[in-house]
Amino acid sequence: MHNSSTNVLIQFDHFNFYYGKFLALKDINLSILQGVVTAFIGPSGCGKSTLLRAINRMYALYPGQRVEGGLRIGDENILAEDVDLSELRKRVGMIFQKPTPFPMSVYNNIAYGVRLHENLSRSAMDERVEWALRKAALWDEVKDKLNQEGMSLSGGQQQRLCIARGIAVHPEILLLDEPTSALDPISTMRIEELISELRGEFTIVIVTHNMQQAARVSDYTAYMYLGEVVEYNKTETIFYNPQKTETEDYVTGRFG
Amino acid sequence: MKYRKISWLLFKRQLLDWMSVILSLFAILFGLFWLFWILWTTLSLGISGLSLDLFTEMTPPPNSETGGLANAIMGSLMMVGLATLLGTPIGIFSGIYLAEFGRRNMLGEIVRFINDILLSAPSIIIGLFIYEIYVTRRGHFSGWAGVLALTLIVIPVVVRTTENMLRLVPTSLREAAYALGAPNWHMILNVSLRASFAGVITGVMLAVARISGETAPLLFTALSNQYWSLNLDEPLASLPVVIFKFAMSPFADWSRLAWAGVFLIVLTVLLLNILARLILQRKTS
Ligand SMILES: Nc1ncnc2c1ncn2[C@@H]1O[C@H](COP(=O)(O)OP(=O)(O)OP(=O)(O)O)[C@@H](O)[C@H]1O
Ligand SMILES: [Mg+2]
Repeated sequence: MHNSSTNVLIQFDHFNFYYGKFLALKDINLSILQGVVTAFIGPSGCGKSTLLRAINRMYALYPGQRVEGGLRIGDENILAEDVDLSELRKRVGMIFQKPTPFPMSVYNNIAYGVRLHENLSRSAMDERVEWALRKAALWDEVKDKLNQEGMSLSGGQQQRLCIARGIAVHPEILLLDEPTSALDPISTMRIEELISELRGEFTIVIVTHNMQQAARVSDYTAYMYLGEVVEYNKTETIFYNPQKTETEDYVTGRFG
Repeated sequence: MKYRKISWLLFKRQLLDWMSVILSLFAILFGLFWLFWILWTTLSLGISGLSLDLFTEMTPPPNSETGGLANAIMGSLMMVGLATLLGTPIGIFSGIYLAEFGRRNMLGEIVRFINDILLSAPSIIIGLFIYEIYVTRRGHFSGWAGVLALTLIVIPVVVRTTENMLRLVPTSLREAAYALGAPNWHMILNVSLRASFAGVITGVMLAVARISGETAPLLFTALSNQYWSLNLDEPLASLPVVIFKFAMSPFADWSRLAWAGVFLIVLTVLLLNILARLILQRKTS
């Protein structure tokens, strides 16, 4: 596969997740490797988004949602009481299913997150914005529209703007929750290319309903069902030589 | 056979369609008819009283040669302006609390309930209330009392629109800001409030439009003043109260001035509404 290191970056350890009384994730044990693309696949409602939203502790916004067990990023226990959520979310960026440009200019969309964490001079900020937009393969399309509202871009451009916004704060990890399911095929292709380009530099975790997409962009795949990780392996193995019949049924389209 | 059945269904649907269009049209025409009649009456009656004197001369005694509404216009501007300045921040912050923190908790429910009551309370009650707690204690009518009464009318309107507009901001947008590490207040001020800014401003303008025409709460609080005054600790003239007094009088020149005042208020309210629309439209397009 790609020249990726084999360090474990994200480590779930006997991890449970509750929505109120409902146990949505059961005893998850999963090691996500640094610098590779990991895909979560599985039928609707199996807990992919829930698992993803644990990594930046998004669930902490909602009083009824809680976790048990262990979750580490590097050697830090991110479930600890005293974890600085702002700092954690700087390390772990997230991109949502629908593009979510802020109600401000393209430039300020990118600068928003940077300003939260760093005090940059005007010119350093200009550089950062350009860097992020180039990384997100959007610079050429918007370099003359930096002062336009982010909302005025096309759906696919908006999604790349959100990716640029995410990487502008220099995160280690990018979480993508079905980032292309609201987009047309061409925009989808561009985002997939983008993910391939960002691979290695960032650790990427992507939730997708599209099996071909998982096969195309990811190095490792976790197949989930009813709140459990059924099988987790190299993507090739999951798709061409799955060890469990449930996985095989799902990836060959006999189920799901 | 099957085809006939479908075409009968189609016919029924089209009939229903037509009927609802016609009924809605009638409803619209009914509303517009009265609106234009009101506008026409105020315009035709008010325009004859319009002159430069209106803005330079004071309200006259009966049967005098000259006279205007300068003191009433100034009084209205001061009281409406101050009430808006006082009521807007209170209203916006309360609206933020209700939408962002008090969606389901006890305090939120209570505040929302009380605000709804305040929103639908007849304005004369608000006037009497301020009369009881402020005017009787100070021993005289005053501009400040009028400001307080109008503020109490502004607040619930602004609270309601702010909350409603903030609630329209999608969860995903909030989460996107939190996902970048934004603290709560930062997200609210820079993302939520910004996304609903046009709506919030519209609410403020509608509140201004509403208090520009309020008479009852001023009758018991600011009363009126025949002379030019900028002192808010004295009785203060205002357009609605002067209109109320002049329109009921038998004197022709007073009645002319009353219509001119009505014209000014209608124009202001109309312009504020149009402006509110424009802001909202520009923001959403
Ligand atoms: N806010 C919530 N409150 C209660 N239960 C929830 C909530 N969000 C999700 N669930 C439940 O948790 C389970 C996992 O949901 P999750 O959204 O993680 O699934 P998913 O795999 O992402 O599905 P999809 O592919 O449809 O997005 C589901 O049974 C769902 O009904
Ligand atoms: Mg999901």
